[in-house]
Amino acid sequence: MTDCLCQISGLRKAFGDNLVLRGLSLELPAGSVTALMGANGAGKSTLVKILSGVHSSDAGNVSLAGQSFVPSSPSDAIRKGVVTVHQAINDGVIPDLDVASNLMIDRLAEPGFGFFLKRKQLFADAQEIADRMGIDVDVRQPVAQLGVADRQLIAIARAMSHQPSLLILDEPTSSLSAVEAERLFDLIETFKARGVAVLYISHRMSDIRRIADRIVSMRDGEISGLFEDTPLDYEGAVQAMLGHRMTDVNIEIPQRGEPIVELKQLRLKPHAKPIDLTLHDNEIIAVTGLLGSGKTDLAQALFGLRPPNSGDISLDGAAYAPTSPGKAIANGVFMSTKDRATNAVIADFNITRNISVPFLAQFSSFSFLSRGAERDTARDMIEALSIVCQSESDGINTLSGGNQQKVMLARWLVDKCRLLLLDEPFQGVDIRSRHDIGEKVRQTAKGRATLVFVSELDEALEIADRIVVMHEHSIIAEFVNRDVDLNEILTAVTGTAQKQLEHEAA
Amino acid sequence: MSTDVQNNGVAAKPKAPAERAPSSALDLAIRYGFLALLVGLAIFFSIFANGFAGPRSAVFIFQSVAMTGILALGVTCTLVVGGFDLSIGSVATSAMMLAAYMMVVLEQPAAVAIVACLVMGAFIGLVNGILIVRFKVPDLLATLGMMFLLVGLQRIPTAGRSISTGMVLPDGSTAGGTFDPFFLTMGRHRFDFFLEKLLPIPVVFLVVIAILIWIFLETTRHGRLMYAIGSNERAAALTGTNVKRYKITAYMISGVLASVAGMLLAARLGRGDIASGTNLLLDAVAASLIGFAVLGAAKPNAFGTAMGALFVGILLQGLTMMNAPYYTQDFIKGAVLVIALVFTFSLSARKAGGH
Repeated sequence: MTDCLCQISGLRKAFGDNLVLRGLSLELPAGSVTALMGANGAGKSTLVKILSGVHSSDAGNVSLAGQSFVPSSPSDAIRKGVVTVHQAINDGVIPDLDVASNLMIDRLAEPGFGFFLKRKQLFADAQEIADRMGIDVDVRQPVAQLGVADRQLIAIARAMSHQPSLLILDEPTSSLSAVEAERLFDLIETFKARGVAVLYISHRMSDIRRIADRIVSMRDGEISGLFEDTPLDYEGAVQAMLGHRMTDVNIEIPQRGEPIVELKQLRLKPHAKPIDLTLHDNEIIAVTGLLGSGKTDLAQALFGLRPPNSGDISLDGAAYAPTSPGKAIANGVFMSTKDRATNAVIADFNITRNISVPFLAQFSSFSFLSRGAERDTARDMIEALSIVCQSESDGINTLSGGNQQKVMLARWLVDKCRLLLLDEPFQGVDIRSRHDIGEKVRQTAKGRATLVFVSELDEALEIADRIVVMHEHSIIAEFVNRDVDLNEILTAVTGTAQKQLEHEAA
Repeated sequence: MSTDVQNNGVAAKPKAPAERAPSSALDLAIRYGFLALLVGLAIFFSIFANGFAGPRSAVFIFQSVAMTGILALGVTCTLVVGGFDLSIGSVATSAMMLAAYMMVVLEQPAAVAIVACLVMGAFIGLVNGILIVRFKVPDLLATLGMMFLLVGLQRIPTAGRSISTGMVLPDGSTAGGTFDPFFLTMGRHRFDFFLEKLLPIPVVFLVVIAILIWIFLETTRHGRLMYAIGSNERAAALTGTNVKRYKITAYMISGVLASVAGMLLAARLGRGDIASGTNLLLDAVAASLIGFAVLGAAKPNAFGTAMGALFVGILLQGLTMMNAPYYTQDFIKGAVLVIALVFTFSLSARKAGGH
């Protein structure tokens, strides 16, 4: 328990200007399960990718059992005893192949396996692995015919078959039922007993309570908390993960106007508790919650990307049920999406053209574009949001993350709207830009309701008049952002997880 | 030791595209390299290929450039939305056969034949577009399938024979129609331009179409949105763009332009020749991809495509005048295409960001 199997020190990694790991240091003892918690963008997946040989680090050392560990590729990492089960199940299995081939696929890729497949041998070996793991499936069956849970178990079983010394599990129970998860936990226990170090990444408090020997909280590319004294301090871990760099940013809550949007008995999932929520003019509401709490689903329902399960939305008193982003925009509902690189940035376009995309009709007459009008708007926006650039015709990818995010926001400030949705507007954004963005959102808030979806609490505290906490696709708490007790919010974010655990245990 | 390896690994990694300002010589090469090459090629052939620098040769070049260019402009529209159209060559030959069939066998006037061809082109484009956006067939495969389908379909009405005036039909009777003289004029008439009878009408078609496509892509909001779709389809959809409609439109433009090229070919040949048009696809694809490299655009664009077509035309005519056999021409065309692609994608990738 005490001998340290894996030692990570001063690990740094940047993607472009975006520093993802800032000198992270961590020890993983053998025969112990270390739970890793961190909000979106904390750098968890980058850490996992470095350990599993997908990325190389910029600086810092990793040692494994006293030896320096620098995997050149994922297969090299596996050979050296670090095995990773990734979160996306279909990264773990090949649906078109049978179970046996899936279990044995890494062996097939090893040099010296031989050119021809010996099917009998293959099935026998695979069966042995399956038996050892307690997976009860026909190894000749194609994986495509199996359920999600079985696929997950196969991915894990394959990982286990390598006799790893460090096993990394990234959200392994996200698609497992309670019974299946229990099978997995039993497995993890047996590995623990054999002296394997386990790094267990999860947002599920119930999992962490069940399996973790120690908890590490990660935040902004650094370890923000290490908890190993029993009983483990779960609340503290969550607090360390969500953070509260907040000092005395007390929001002057302005007078809110008449109601604009009303959600009535809105269900995002068939069995979720219905949501009732009213959004007012000149009001900024932050929606927060852990990953998978339904924030994204709510944003998507409001922007016409995915219809809600049931219930009604009204906009300025009229029924509002958009079926596409185009319809939402036509109704005056705009959304700045999260993950800007995939969902928002048009890489081939310069700043000006990125800003004008949604409202080109305003910049054109008879469909012919007026470049002058586009340029003037872009210059105004660059000025108003203090976007750092050389000119309005700079390529969008020459900008830093924070400035790119400002351009993405500027895009939606070109026209007036009734409801502005900002999904993770501070993702990969430096403090300075974050402040600029918050200020601009506040300045322009009149005439619309603004809904900001954030996973980090201090972001919510910084920008919102009201904070709404979501859990399991419904709203479980609401706070007015004035002298708010941080612990109360934290309890709301995690508290139900506790109830859920009791429920599951029952 | 392994720390060294690690550091080297990082150093070898290309820097993120945030870095700007490549050397100005490289900038110049990316911008004007291709046009310099075009001029150089023309000078080379003028010196070494006997008779290249003459009016007869110019007419040939113009004629081949017109076909290639019109087809390539269609491909360009599909490239702009991030797609590809492999069916253009067979759409063109189908239009050629349809025009001939309408006039020679069905004895219809030119206007009816023209309308029928345009409708067919638009319809095929619509089907391609629906296959791609509605049924999620990858663009290359959908249009490849369409290509094979059309190659067979265009031969069914005449049982695989070419169509010419007075041909014997499969049922033994003789076709009674002829090509409308007006229709033939479209492909054969040549305007005086500096020299007598220098400029064939198809070139005029090409210039007009190229300008229209350029205006559409560069100065209208529809063109802008099509480029946005090609760069990041998801982001375009999330700004409210009707991605499906624009993609289908792009394939319809491609189909219509291919049928125009096919009609011009029919008018020039004066028959529906099943053997002609085999090289149309390769030439047009080469022209539009070479177009990426013109003026360092690093994106599909109408002007580049027209220049690419001119390049292919000059190259082929020059090689013909130097008595290079047809297979050598194909080889050189392929080689030029590969080099142009390397030039575009590897060199221009350094030039980060927008334009």
